[in-house]
Amino acid sequence: MRSIRAAAVGAVTLSLALAATACGGGSATGGGSNDSPKTLTYWASNQGASIEADKKVLRPELDKFEQRTGIKVELEVVPWSDLLNRILTATTSGQGPDVLNIGNTWSASLQATGALLPWDEKNFAAIGGRDRFAETALGSTGAQGKDPAAVPLYSMAYALYYNKKIFAEAGVSKPPATWAELVEAGKKIKAKGKSPLGAEGSNLSENIHHVFVFAKQHGADFFTADGKPDFTNPKVVDAVKSYVGLMAEDKVIPAGDAEYAQNQSVSDFAKGKQAMLLWQTASANLKSQGMSQDAYGIAPVPVISGAPGAGTQVNSPVMGINMAVFKNTDNLDGAKEFVKFMTSDEEQKILNKAYSAIPPVKSAQADPAFAAPDTAVLKNTLATSAAALPQVPSESQFETTVGTAVKELFADAAAGRPVTAGSVEAKLRKAQQQMPAA
Amino acid sequence: MSSTRTPATPAGRPAAPARVPVTSTRSPMAPARSFLWFRRIFLTLLAGFVLVPVYVMVSSSLKPLADVTGEFRWLPSGLTVRPYIDIWSTVPLARYFVNSLIVAGAATVCSVVIAVFAAYAVSRYDFRGKRVFTVTVLSTQMFPGILFLLPLFLLYVNIGNATGIALFGSRGGLILTYLTFSLPFSIWMLIGYFDSVPRDLDEAALVDGCGPLKALLRIVVPAASPGIVAVAVYAFMTAWGEVLFASVMTNDTTRTLAVGLQAYSTLNDVYWNQIMAASLVVSVPVVAGFLLLQRYLVAGLTAGAVK
Amino acid sequence: MTTTAFKEPVRQAPSGVAARAPRRPGRLRRLSLPYLLLLPALLLELLVHLVPMVIGVVMSFKELTQFYIRDWGTAPWSGLGNYQVSVDFDAPVGEALLHSFLVTVGFTLLSVGLCWLIGTAAAVFMQDTFRGRGLLRALFLVPYALPVYTAVITWVFMFQHDNGLVNHVLHDQLHLTDKPSFWLIGDNSFYALLTVSVWKGWPFAFLIVTAGLQNIPKELYEAAALDGAGTWQRIRRITLPSLRPVNQVLVLVLFLWTFNDFNTPYVLFGKSAPEAADLVSVHIYQSSFVTWNFGTGSAMSVLLLLFLLVVTGGYLLLTSRGRRAADV
Repeated sequence: MRSIRAAAVGAVTLSLALAATACGGGSATGGGSNDSPKTLTYWASNQGASIEADKKVLRPELDKFEQRTGIKVELEVVPWSDLLNRILTATTSGQGPDVLNIGNTWSASLQATGALLPWDEKNFAAIGGRDRFAETALGSTGAQGKDPAAVPLYSMAYALYYNKKIFAEAGVSKPPATWAELVEAGKKIKAKGKSPLGAEGSNLSENIHHVFVFAKQHGADFFTADGKPDFTNPKVVDAVKSYVGLMAEDKVIPAGDAEYAQNQSVSDFAKGKQAMLLWQTASANLKSQGMSQDAYGIAPVPVISGAPGAGTQVNSPVMGINMAVFKNTDNLDGAKEFVKFMTSDEEQKILNKAYSAIPPVKSAQADPAFAAPDTAVLKNTLATSAAALPQVPSESQFETTVGTAVKELFADAAAGRPVTAGSVEAKLRKAQQQMPAA
Repeated sequence: MSSTRTPATPAGRPAAPARVPVTSTRSPMAPARSFLWFRRIFLTLLAGFVLVPVYVMVSSSLKPLADVTGEFRWLPSGLTVRPYIDIWSTVPLARYFVNSLIVAGAATVCSVVIAVFAAYAVSRYDFRGKRVFTVTVLSTQMFPGILFLLPLFLLYVNIGNATGIALFGSRGGLILTYLTFSLPFSIWMLIGYFDSVPRDLDEAALVDGCGPLKALLRIVVPAASPGIVAVAVYAFMTAWGEVLFASVMTNDTTRTLAVGLQAYSTLNDVYWNQIMAASLVVSVPVVAGFLLLQRYLVAGLTAGAVK
Repeated sequence: MTTTAFKEPVRQAPSGVAARAPRRPGRLRRLSLPYLLLLPALLLELLVHLVPMVIGVVMSFKELTQFYIRDWGTAPWSGLGNYQVSVDFDAPVGEALLHSFLVTVGFTLLSVGLCWLIGTAAAVFMQDTFRGRGLLRALFLVPYALPVYTAVITWVFMFQHDNGLVNHVLHDQLHLTDKPSFWLIGDNSFYALLTVSVWKGWPFAFLIVTAGLQNIPKELYEAAALDGAGTWQRIRRITLPSLRPVNQVLVLVLFLWTFNDFNTPYVLFGKSAPEAADLVSVHIYQSSFVTWNFGTGSAMSVLLLLFLLVVTGGYLLLTSRGRRAADV
């Protein structure tokens, strides 16, 4: 018996020792250094049609950077399904890339972990100054009153894509500017046997972007000014109900879209099955699916009444990708140099063209390529009628809980169950209660 | 494995114990008619249930894209091998494939070797802590993976920081993880199998002057080869199909097929025909191996685990 | 897959082996050899299973949110706070966990029951040779041999609302429903999950029962046949009782495997499962990874582990006693 006990004691001691090592978690506390000035690791988000396509876009640019600076950049394009988890594990362990792309809506959440390099005056000066960037884009780089956690890289906005041929057949003469007009046009389009509008009912992020805009248009916000969740505010309830109502009541979104989560609505649009699509920078995507640029038009996303603008006339979130530097990088100067390179006028033009996005760098926007009719709408929206998603630490939880609530409401609508103010309120209340107390 | 049972044909002659000559045309062992009918219906339905997804996978992988994005159709409008060509360029499938082969192969070999040693110790020796060992090892199978995903990850990172051995992000770390996942079941199965190998055999070898390890390798391992094959198949399947840990513990260069295939479904466009083609390519090595070795698997289970 | 089995409690420990085993090597060598043989397995179990579990338990007592994950040694202790949140069934987090737990229990019982039933029936029906038996057996093992994600992705493809095979057959061809149903969202998602789980789970039962059947002495059947027992009676009186020890292990393995299954619901539904199919493994994943609250997630996992320990222990106690009573 004695040896069993000895073995048990040994095992427990060993476990505790190893656990203590793990508890130390020490590596992440470092403040960054320049120990390996010749290499950088860069995690890019998947912007193009595939990971391989992205590598083809980025590789030549990274080679250019290496030629100029002698710094070799190891590129990894991380699929969206993995990106947040990978960032999270990198944060937890301190084993991450030096530079990485983040969805701009995650900025405040990731900022709260303290793992990203804050872009104070000094750091901004190293990349050419803060005022090179458009103010709207800077609004989505972290909590207000704090130094940004990231630098804008690509900017995007939502627009209404419409199929010209279907519109002509249905006798819709111009793209709808208000939701009422959209519903009206929808009836005519349905009479021709096409579906009016697409949605991605099971995609949490898509849901969030749309209900955020609807809330703005109803004069409401999901968070109070001091950052507390306020999901059950009657105006918010009303906004969510109107968005889901596009399927439940107005029937302009087909029930089948409730289970879409993989951009099937884009395919439906590209194939001419569906007349309208609310999407951010869909051009490259539509092209890869074989839809010619003449076949569709681009208009601003509808509002309740009047024209897009600020306040209740907002018609898109400020979408985009930001570039961040991990605080504990061992090539701090090189990382900043790389961010400077990627946000230079020259690279901004090349990259934003490749991804049909808008450069957040003001001087790069002047390029004629961004004045083409399709990008002009996006550029205009960003400049005048886009608002930043809530920049609160719990933003990523907000996306999950409210996004799920909307997904469930879509499922109800698809199953033919009524979506009432009561049922919307109940779902949102549950979402709010799941938010962290902080 | 069909050889292990003598079929009871209608004219079959029951041997022991009665040794009564059977003269009637229907032996008492012949299955009842109702049984035969029921069997026919049941097995047909079941085969249909099993076959439909397999058919969908195979046929969709040969369809042009238009066939898989539109309304479902049983028969393709045309056959194309295009998806099988495209999969290698849409995601770096070839690299994932190599990674999976290395990881699953190494995990299988190590798992089998370690399980053979452990099972031999438990089967042939009496020692203190034996029961504690078996119960502990087996109870790890109850752990929800999610409970130790993050801790394991942290542990690997810290071991890396402390010793310089890269476990996180490397194939080595993944091999260690997977081989341990299959270890408990493998040990348990091999204990059962080794127990069924007569002790006299290895004791005779020991008397002849072999050391215990030699006895294990020369006598017990060959006698238990079906069980060992079964364990290897199981270990390989475990490593080949795991998604959760692979998604956190690998990077671009070490990513496995399981994660790579997931990346497929999050592309901006969903190419169902390519996904099905990739699924099929990913499945063929395991399914083929499994079916080739299934007789050993059943024999291994029969003699070991379920005895 | 995750499989488990507890042979130990029902196995007769071989006794007196050590005394008869290696004779020539010295006493020390003889004593340490089994430990040496076990060492690699033991070290790996410690590294990959046991130590991480201890860390997981430690984490469950910490307030491990996004503010602390960067250096979780500094995360404040929260005592039993995470557990209180998890089991407060009047508050939404606890209520959701309870709901998810109940869904999982219902799902597991149905899935294990069906897998066992189909697997046993198929194995019994295929006990005797007939033409095409080898081919059929190979076919039946395919779902089990397929990597989980490829199988589930194929089912996702078939369960689509607009273009899926299931609606094509049920609605367009057989006209069983008045409009196409949703399988991947809403209430039907439970049945979708069950179908997939049974589809890829039953061959395992089939495999184990097939192996178990081969250990039943043929003489038993012959004797029963001579006693005038028909086919069905032989199945009831000989086959099923002889399978009891096999079933004891099989059911437990299927139970743990199904209960802890993460891959199937995750690949089928993605990061947020529909309420009707919100299995506890995905629920905990969501609570920890998606909302970045690893403390609560760990507490939930520990609770789950305790539940499984109690169920497994109770099950083994009951079935072993039942067997011992039956043996007498």
